[in-house]
This record gives sequence, C-alpha cells and structure tokens, in this order.
Amino acid sequence: MTLVAEDASKRYGDVTALDHISLAVDDGECVALVGESGSGKTTLLRSFNRMVDLDGGRIVIDGRPVTAWDPVVLRRRMGYVPQDGGLLPHWRVRRNVALVPWLLQDHDPEARANAALLLVGLDPETFGARWPRALSGGQRQRVAMARALAAKPAVMLLDEPFGALDAITRADLQSAFARLRQELRVTCVLVTHDLREAITLADRIAVLRRGRVEQVADAATVLATPSTQYVAELLERAGVRNTPLAS
Amino acid sequence: MHRNAARALVLAWAAHLMGAEGLSAQGPDAGRPVIVASKPFGESYLLAEMFAQILEARGFQVDRRPGLGATEIAYGALRSGAIDVYPEYTGTGLITIYHLPPAADPTVVFSRVAIAGHERDGVRWLPPLGFDNTYAIAVRRTTADSLHLATLSDLARVGPRLRGGLTPDFIGRPDGLPGLERAYGLRLASVRALLPAVKYQALVAGAVDVIDGYSTDGLIARYDLVVLADDRHFFPPYEAAAVVGRDLQKSEPGAVLALTDLSGRVDGGRMRMLNRRVEVEGEPAALVARDALRDLGLLAGQAPRPDTTHNERERRPSLLTYLIADRGHIAALTARHLVLVAVSLGAAIALAVPLGLALTRVPAQAEAVIRAVGIVQTLPGIALIAFMIPLFGIGVKPALVALVLYSLYPILRNTYTGVRDADPSAVDTAYALGMTRGQVLAYVRLPLAAAVIMAGIRTAAVIDVGTATLAAFIGAGGLGDPIVSGLALSDTRMILSGAIPAALLAVLVDGSLAVLEHAMATHS
Repeated sequence: MTLVAEDASKRYGDVTALDHISLAVDDGECVALVGESGSGKTTLLRSFNRMVDLDGGRIVIDGRPVTAWDPVVLRRRMGYVPQDGGLLPHWRVRRNVALVPWLLQDHDPEARANAALLLVGLDPETFGARWPRALSGGQRQRVAMARALAAKPAVMLLDEPFGALDAITRADLQSAFARLRQELRVTCVLVTHDLREAITLADRIAVLRRGRVEQVADAATVLATPSTQYVAELLERAGVRNTPLAS
Repeated sequence: MHRNAARALVLAWAAHLMGAEGLSAQGPDAGRPVIVASKPFGESYLLAEMFAQILEARGFQVDRRPGLGATEIAYGALRSGAIDVYPEYTGTGLITIYHLPPAADPTVVFSRVAIAGHERDGVRWLPPLGFDNTYAIAVRRTTADSLHLATLSDLARVGPRLRGGLTPDFIGRPDGLPGLERAYGLRLASVRALLPAVKYQALVAGAVDVIDGYSTDGLIARYDLVVLADDRHFFPPYEAAAVVGRDLQKSEPGAVLALTDLSGRVDGGRMRMLNRRVEVEGEPAALVARDALRDLGLLAGQAPRPDTTHNERERRPSLLTYLIADRGHIAALTARHLVLVAVSLGAAIALAVPLGLALTRVPAQAEAVIRAVGIVQTLPGIALIAFMIPLFGIGVKPALVALVLYSLYPILRNTYTGVRDADPSAVDTAYALGMTRGQVLAYVRLPLAAAVIMAGIRTAAVIDVGTATLAAFIGAGGLGDPIVSGLALSDTRMILSGAIPAALLAVLVDGSLAVLEHAMATHS
C-alpha cells in the first residue's frame, strides 16, 4: 500500500499543524516522522487513516484520494499503535488483540489473536486471559502491536510506540519491531521524537518542524548532509553527529 | 415486539399489585365508589371517616383517601374531580382558597365561600357541621400566670420575650402569623416552624413558648394549656363543613343528601371529646367515628361507653409489639412502596440513559439540558407532587410521574459525564482501528461508563425510596401512609412503622444494586 500527502495543510484554531507538506511512502517502506511536540508529525500520521481531515491539499492511498475511502474500511486495513497502547481496559488481552479480525468478521478471531501474540513474543497461554492493567509497560506495547498486526494489515501507523518505556525495554521492543518488519514487509509510518530510533528502524526519515518538512532522506544522507541548521542541531542533540553544519 | 411484551407484563403486574384503580383516571360512572378524602391531621381524618361510614350505611361504596397533603392539594384534588368530598373549614376557604376579605360573622363567611366555591369551581359547601375550630394560640399555664397573659393583646405586649413554634402553614397564610402581626403588632423573639405532631411536646418541654393549635385539639386540655382570647376578633370563623365536588353532585345526589345529615349535629364539646379519644387515647379513628355516628342516631346500634378499664399500655403497645401485630399491613405497604420505586426508577432509566447518550452528540447544548432537568431536583418533593394534581389527579399516576422526574437528574448527569469522559485513549484507538460510532458506543463508551451510570442509578434509587414516602400525600399509598397518618395523629409508633421499613428498604435497594453492579463488572 502506498501513502501520499500532497500539499497537506491543517490548522487548529490559530495553530498551524501542517503547512503545505508533501511526502510519499512507498509500498513496504518504513518512513519515520521525526520532530518536536507541535511539529505536526502526529497530525500527518492521523491524516493517513482519516482520523484527521485536512483543510487543504490531499492524501492519496493506493492511488485513491483518502476522502473516497470509507474511513471504517480504510482503518481496518491499517494497524495503529498509540504511545500508551490504547488497550480497552475492560477487555482481556486476547479479546483486545482479536478486535480487528472480529470487526472484519473473521471466522476465528481468537486464532488470529493467538498468532499475533506469538509474533510479538508473548505466550498466548500466559497472556491471553490477562487484563490490560496487569501488564507491564513493555508487555502492554507488545499487545498493542499484536493487535495492530492481527488482521495482517497493509499499513502500520505507529505514534511514538516506544516513547513511554524505559531504555532497556525500549531497546527490546525496537529489535522486536525491526525483526517483524523484516518478516512482514509491511508499510510503516513511525512517529518519534527520537532521532536515534528513527535511524535504527526506518528506511527514510522525514524531519518535521512547525508543520513543514525540513528534510526527507535515508538515514545515511541525513547523517552525512543535514540540509538545515535545525536538522544538524537535532543530530547533535541526539548524539549521533558532532561535526557542525558545513556551509 | 419481545421487549414490548415484557414491558406490558411488568406494567400489568404493577397495576395488579397497586390495585388497577390507581392507574386509570376516574370519570363519573354509575355505581362508582365515592372518594372520601381528608387533610393530614387528626380531626380531618375523623370527620372523613364519619363521612365515609354514613355513606356506607346508606349503601354507597366508599374509597378512602385520607391524609392528602394540605389545603392546596386536597382542594386542588376536589376541584379537578380526583376526590368527591373532604372536610374543610369556612375561614380557610375564605382566606386561603378564595382570597376573599376577612369577615367575623359565621353566616356571612359561609355564604361567601359557598358562592365562591359554586361560581369558581363548581364545588358545593354543605351546611356546616356545627362547630367552629378556630386557631388557638396557646401558652403553658406557668407562662400565662407569670406574665399575666389572657388575650392576644397581652401576648403582643410581651412578644419579644417569647419564642414561637408555629406550623409552616400558619407562618405563611394571611390569616396566620402575618395577619396577627398586623392586627396585634405581635413580634416574637423567634419563630420556629414545627409540624403539628411535635409542637405540643415542644411547648410542654419548654423548647418554645407559644404555639398555634386548633381550638378543638384534644391535647390542649391534656397538657393544661392556656388559650389566649382573640380580643380584637382577628380570626374569621372556621366552621367545619363537607365540601363536595362537581361530579358527585351530578352522578350521586343521594350521597350529597346523606352527607347533609351531619350538618349542625356536631358541636364543639363533642368534637373535642372525639379528638381527645383519637389524639390522646390513641383509639382508631374508624372506631371513634362509628361511636359518634351511633350516638347521633345516624348509624344503627348502640354506642358503647368508652371502656375505662383499658389502660394506656394496652392501647399503646410497644413499638416492637406494634410492628409485629401490624406486619401483614406493613409488608403490603412495603411491597407497594417497592413497586412505586421499581416502576419509576425503571422509567427514569429508560428515559435518562438514552437522553444522556444523545447529549454526548451535542455537547454544546448538553449542559443546558442537564441543568434544566436539575432544576426539577431543586423543587421540594411535596411541591412537585402538588404540581401533578391538575395534570394527573391523585393516586398512583401523579406519584409515579413525580418520582420519575425526581430520579432523572442523577442518572442523566452520570450517563452524560461517564460516557463523555470514558478513557479517551481507549475510545480514540477504538475509532482508529475501525470501529463504527455505534460499536464504540456499545463496546467501549457504555461499558467504560457503566460504573458511573450505575452510581447515578443507585443515587436515584435511594432518593426514590425516600421521596416515595411523600406519595402518601396524594393517596398513592406505600410506606408514607403510616408516616403521614402518624404525623397527623401524633403517633410515633405509627410514624416509625413506616419510617423504619423505608430506611431498611433504601439500604436493601442500594445493596442489591451494588451486587448487580459487581455481577455486571465481573461478567464483562
């Protein structure tokens, strides 16, 4: 599945979230949206599954304008992982993970859920009957990822999925995610404020600032030739580059 | 279909338990029972009972609705045709009901209220029964002696040194305290509102110094109180009379005729004696009324002399003995009370939960709507119930409507707040994964709000159990019946025989809902 933003604009009152952004995500590619709070990265992510409707420009999914898609149909084809997992607190783990297959009227949603739990490294026997509140932060995010994957979506939208975790757990989940990407070749959009994470996990990086794209390139290009002062500072702060911008 | 059938079944069951007559508005049919009502105090009970027995003796069927709210409720019920007859006082008619100028001559007062009643409301004041039950401003004998009080003018002289304990009715009505203040320049050190049931005890115990009573009250003599003379003739005459509604005059003229048999037959001395038997000796009103009618030669049979060998203990057994002896009646009242609560709570849930859900779609208007519903909650229960009479008459129907209105707010508020504030992240993710609006409501918002909604329902249920006791004021029955009667007859046991089961019922209802809530939580 391909995702394209063309001249996308969005305002919330006086605040500009997206300021004429254009970006294309190829089939099977993983693009990281990197930026500070208020850079517009989450708004752009949510415009792909029509959780946000644009004020200007357009989003095109698989060659069709997003406005021509039924949002419910579209969203069921896109996995979604928010920062806090967004698990339904009144459903056990297995029912949470089985959600999208159940919505799609799969003949055996529980089997899909068990398979997805195995995929993210959780034993369905042990974890299936647990309540979300009984999970650790890392387990919760694994369950959220299993839920996003259970219906074998064409696209995964991840909104700071590892942002609230401690460093060791985060590293665990990042490697689990990298492995899944290798296996499933699913199209991914990963929102993060952590440039290191973007470099490790994404094929390409889009640096956003105040609703505009500062630079879009693969990790090596961004590291070697940051296109603006801001990107260079971001690299420095992340500790992945300490030579100043050559200009 | 299925649900409608179930609802019809529930309603039929409720109607059966309550007696179907309560649910349908009554029109004048041939052979229908005559509805005899009273206001909530002892003498009114007794007179209504005399009306009822004289009608029964003449072959009429009688439906008794004693203890209706107060003047406004009883007269409103008569005017709207919900009752057929009740005892009222000419002075009350003159000042409180028809707002006519005061007059001192009993004949003038009667003719004015008779004309006003006929012309304005089509009701008929039958010729008075024969006694004047005026207000009696009473003090303790020691107070009267030490301050040399014999008249209301004397009282006005020392008023600022005395504390008043007056019925709320008297404090408000123009022929009550406001009029006394004008006529005598009376100023009391303080005025406390006291119900009839407690004012005599309060006076005797020295908690207040002046009370308003009725001149025929049995307790004035019992406590050896001094009634101050109305030396400026401020109070109009309050002659008791039967007031008959429009329908009965048309459909059962014979019943009206039968009631006139009592006109001019009951003098003040006889009434004081009868009141004393009810209020002081604790004899049942029905028995006292029967004896009085036999004495007057209006009922067959010989009135037995009051049995002086009965001692107080036998007439007033302990609370426990009373409760045990009356358990069948109390159980029936409790069942009826429970049905009132269950039906009104069920209807309130059926209205408030969907409304609360609908309001989450229009958050801009939601607060205004919920606040408007909340205003109902600020009305005193008895006022709300009184408002229902012109619309629904008296009996079960207006009580249910009032109880439903009273239960709406907590359920509505909690439904709206609970659904609106349900775990925002879970709701957002549910949408993002492709749930429809309806699915989010059914599978996420409602289950997450269930505990908050349930808390609203429990609050409403407990309020409902308490408020339903007020239903007795409009003849809907339930545990309020013994409370209202007990207050009217100064009978603490009777009050407690309604109040204790009502309190237990509130605890029980809340407890069962808690169990239900727990079951729901573990089930999901």
